[in-house]
Amino acid sequence: MAKAYFGRRYMLSASHRLHAESLSADENRTTYGKCNNPHGHGHNYVVEVLVGGEVEPETGMVVNMATLDETVQQTVLKRFDHTNLNFDPLFVNQVPTTENLTKVVFDVLKEALPAGELEYVRVEETENNFFQYQGQ
Amino acid sequence: MIELTRRATFSASHYYWNESWSQEKNEEVFGRCARRNGHGHNYTLEVTVAGEADPVTGFVVDLKWLKDVIEHEVLWEFDHRHLNLEVREFADNKLIPTTENIAIAAWKRLEAAVGQAGGSRLSRVRVYETPEIFAEYRGEK
Repeated sequence: MAKAYFGRRYMLSASHRLHAESLSADENRTTYGKCNNPHGHGHNYVVEVLVGGEVEPETGMVVNMATLDETVQQTVLKRFDHTNLNFDPLFVNQVPTTENLTKVVFDVLKEALPAGELEYVRVEETENNFFQYQGQ
Repeated sequence: MIELTRRATFSASHYYWNESWSQEKNEEVFGRCARRNGHGHNYTLEVTVAGEADPVTGFVVDLKWLKDVIEHEVLWEFDHRHLNLEVREFADNKLIPTTENIAIAAWKRLEAAVGQAGGSRLSRVRVYETPEIFAEYRGEK
């Protein structure tokens, strides 16, 4: 049996503001620059999900794409698409940087997908920057 | 160690069908991909080779050489073909040409040839079926 990987890219539009409660207003402006704009701003994030496993001989697939899509839709896209990330309970105690968004999406999917299936989550904030997390 | 990746594209048609299943089951599992007249994609093949940069040339492998290897080993038989009907790995219902199996087939075709370039080895093959869907194989581990 051969282990292979299947990857899928999803788009998610959301707004955020980078602001740390523990820093002063000046420190926040210095640290986060225009990302600290009080009213926030938004991105079209691309969430890339890689799952790994044996290729099932009957189907030739590592995972059924429709099942993966449904899991991502229910647990990630429904929750974060067209929202303000700062208002999600998962970002009450942490700044919604794309680093933290990547970890949050990874943790949510790790919980929702069959054990051992998730390899990494990559989140592209713009075409020029992206973040990847594969667990601890 | 450095990893070097070369991209290539090919266009091919396929369908998904498990001969031991009923039509209903095939349609249930594979959806539109089970339509027997097939459909096609512009695939992107990414071939990653790992090795050390040669002290004289500074190359892991010569990219032109790698391009030719991909052309000879994979593209000339995959490009503008019906994978189920014309490509040996998949023909006669041997294997369903899913993106996963295409990645594995491309790996098997490339591994020996790439290994012939002293010191470098095939590290990863990734096949994009669309910009949003891809599969990857890293060999037996």
